[in-house]
Amino acid sequence: MKKFNVVGKPVTRQDAYEKATGTALYADDYTFPGMLYGVMVRVPASHAIIDRIDYSAVAGNPAVTAIVDHNDIPAQKKVGPIKQDQPIFSWEKIVTPGDVVAMLVGQNETELLQLRDKVSVEFTALPVLTDPLKSMDPDAPRIHPQYENNAIVHYPLRKGDPEKGFAESDYIIEQTYTTQFIEHGYIEPEAVIAIPLGKAKGVKILGSIQNPHTTRKVVALVLGLPLTKVRVVQAEMGGSFGGKDDQMNILSARAAVAAVKTNRPVKIRFNREESILESYKRHPYHMHYKVGFTNEGKLKSMRIHITADGGAYASMSPFVTWRTVVQATGPYEVENVFTDVHAVYTNNPYTGAMRGFGSPQPIFAQEQIMDEIALKLGMSPLQIREINGFKTGSVTASGQKLDNHEVNLSTVINKAVEETNFVEKWQKNQKDNADVAKQLNFANDSEANQFILTKDQLIAPDKTWRKGIGLAASYRGCSLGAEGIDVTSAYLSVQLDGSAYLLCGLAENGQGLRTTFCIVAAEILGLTVDKIFYLEQDTAIAPDSGPTVASRSTLMGGGAVRNAAETIRERMVRSVADEWKVSADSITFANNTVSSSENNKSVTFADACGITYKHKENLATIGFYQAPEVSWEEETGQGSAYFTYVYGCQIAEITVNIATGQVYVEKVTAVHDPGTVLNLQGALGQVYGGVTQGVGYGIWEEISVHNGKIREMNLDQYLLPTSKEIDDITAIFIEGKDEHGAWGAKSLGEPTLELGAAAVANAIQNATGTRFYHNPINLEEILLNRKLYPEDLKRGSL
Amino acid sequence: MKKHIKFLLNGREMACEVEQNKRLLDFLREDLQLTGTKEGCSVGECGACTIIVDKLAVNSCLMLAVQVDGAEVMTVEGLMENGELSKMQQQFIDKGAIQCGFCTPGMMMSAYALIMHNPDPSVEEIKTAIAGNLCRCTGYKQIIEAVSCSCGK
Ligand code: FES
Ligand code: FES
Repeated sequence: MKKFNVVGKPVTRQDAYEKATGTALYADDYTFPGMLYGVMVRVPASHAIIDRIDYSAVAGNPAVTAIVDHNDIPAQKKVGPIKQDQPIFSWEKIVTPGDVVAMLVGQNETELLQLRDKVSVEFTALPVLTDPLKSMDPDAPRIHPQYENNAIVHYPLRKGDPEKGFAESDYIIEQTYTTQFIEHGYIEPEAVIAIPLGKAKGVKILGSIQNPHTTRKVVALVLGLPLTKVRVVQAEMGGSFGGKDDQMNILSARAAVAAVKTNRPVKIRFNREESILESYKRHPYHMHYKVGFTNEGKLKSMRIHITADGGAYASMSPFVTWRTVVQATGPYEVENVFTDVHAVYTNNPYTGAMRGFGSPQPIFAQEQIMDEIALKLGMSPLQIREINGFKTGSVTASGQKLDNHEVNLSTVINKAVEETNFVEKWQKNQKDNADVAKQLNFANDSEANQFILTKDQLIAPDKTWRKGIGLAASYRGCSLGAEGIDVTSAYLSVQLDGSAYLLCGLAENGQGLRTTFCIVAAEILGLTVDKIFYLEQDTAIAPDSGPTVASRSTLMGGGAVRNAAETIRERMVRSVADEWKVSADSITFANNTVSSSENNKSVTFADACGITYKHKENLATIGFYQAPEVSWEEETGQGSAYFTYVYGCQIAEITVNIATGQVYVEKVTAVHDPGTVLNLQGALGQVYGGVTQGVGYGIWEEISVHNGKIREMNLDQYLLPTSKEIDDITAIFIEGKDEHGAWGAKSLGEPTLELGAAAVANAIQNATGTRFYHNPINLEEILLNRKLYPEDLKRGSL
Repeated sequence: MKKHIKFLLNGREMACEVEQNKRLLDFLREDLQLTGTKEGCSVGECGACTIIVDKLAVNSCLMLAVQVDGAEVMTVEGLMENGELSKMQQQFIDKGAIQCGFCTPGMMMSAYALIMHNPDPSVEEIKTAIAGNLCRCTGYKQIIEAVSCSCGK
């Protein structure tokens, strides 16, 4: 392998100084002279026809500079990435409690917040649809009357002959799994400011925005302006995880409409309650798996039915669920597969992109099934995965042959297993904990809410804490795959003093992409990272590179930055070789100098830039990277879904208190093959953060809805993992070879998140002898085998 | 109604007029333009607004500005030492404890308050001290390392 100077070494983040000193500016840290605030007016309903909105109680109030609603929208009133079903301001119907009918705009936000309840909205309530499984019933309430039914999308995948496969199986397991709504939980709530620039220039948007180019498109559509007249600048992002996409487009559009109407800057900032109320969530899935396998442990057939709750708007559901249909069978060879994935409308909060993007849910199901199969056959979880796991040359459920990259599934699994002494511990726990199932089962036998134990259900104090270890593995398609157009560009401009500007169209969301891209450019130009200055994200400068999603930025953006840097390097080589009359091959770039081995000359990088300039070569360029071809047959779900894949395995070691149901996570060992690691410290941070989110998904986090309304409205009820929840996390990288991107650096952000819940679920089975099918596996789930929800929306202490 | 208050802010004496019902967090961010202190939940759960008042880490979203009358207040802006990064800030940078950075100011304030009282805390003590500061990005590991390495020699 090539020896690197900068790649793979610990490098300090580009933005760390500002963030460590409190001087980094996030959207809400900006104020502008004459700035107004926008405050949302909502309707206390989940599904209703809007009959009349009466502003008379607030219209003349001096605190209200303007009232903005759908009548103020000059062009398109509804938007959406795939289906244009989401109004900027609702006027016909309310389809979920987050919907906004109007915005009060004025200088004093506090006064506006008190006034907004005075707006009177007359509405006719409609039946509320909350169960996605009922959404396709003939008499189900129709959420969007313009569509024939409540279907958002349906993806079939058909391979082989599943019935024949079941006939050839010795065993069949059938099971239903469910997962919950999840809040992104970025610590910075949404904030955006729209600044009117006058007729000739349009409007500038500054905000906590994940995909500035998408926001620009939406705002331009809503205002009826050309793209060039909407300039979107990204403020420092206080986390996103997929969550500051659609929601920020809508908020930016509202602010922009108000800014144009009042001709003043308008800021919208959400408090935590509004953020949870209106922003989209991770999809809850209802998953039915039927799996046939032989005595030898070979998978023969899978039949999978998945329904995803899309909530009130389509948002990214069609993309999210497409990843699900591709990956639903896991990293295993299965000859015969029948998969149906549906996403449907309900009146629940809408769901969209969140880190993981349609993979954490099927992994929760399918990785538990693999363990079930192992238990049934008396094998270990390792054995069953060895028998069925992908190897180089394996064929996926969509018929894609994995032969263009190193398939490192067994490598990552074996590494994790060795590291933790998995098999031995798993077998010992399985034996030690054989008695627990009986004790936990009392809730099933007894009446609901009747918690009196019989004698044999009493737990001796020294037997309360039970150890468990669980494993989960996955493969993941990199970047967008056949979901979308997959290209990126990067702008690189080298200055005569040897420093350089760099900017890629992908966005920094806190994950550290600026640093990673600087590393790539520095490596190629032989510079130290501090010579490269990463510009702030601005749609007026950066070329549109598609969305910063799908863990594609290192792979795709890295490819574009590499291309730009190589172009500049070639020009410099040409000029310097010509100047010195040496061969181009003899020229090397390292440590901010350019040298030739032929004449043993060397000059500073800055001087080499001077030489290049003298030779009339352009020191600025736009690099481009295009993903290789992918393909997809809609009717059969067959094709090369993604151009390359990554592999990961996580093992969770836990203790369960079987008297209280509490799960304590002692250690998570995460082994990932992200291809080449460009930015070691950043990569470690991705693993630690992803594992923590994954474990949170498995044990504590849940948004529950009551008639479409969310119960957990702030972080007192929505439980994000704290510093005390996980004792330790170990990260190990296996760097598999791949020809794509920058030196084969692929994806890491999402693979780290998708495995935690499944690994914990398997560990809980190992500790309790009981399998739990409904995420999150919290105290109630373990003790009572069901969730306990309040019967209304009252907060605990209120 | 306004009230006159005097207090020490990051080592500087301050005398201000402040609305009696103004939250300390808003007073810092809006009146004094110290936007390093962040707001994430407004109910004392996330810790993004943590500052130090009389050597104790507090949630500034849960205090009124008038409550710091006569007190000694420290915010993230007061961490620098003679224009240089303090040891803790440097450690946060070096250990990769900062991703999006939104939790960072509050996190450093909780950690700094801990070290004021306990110059050589154990990992468990560090975890407890920052348990009221939520971070969604880092999984805390590099933060704990950074705090650990900011202590002692
Ligand atoms: S804003 Fe004060 S604790 Fe969250
Ligand atoms: S670094 Fe983003 S919340 Fe902590």
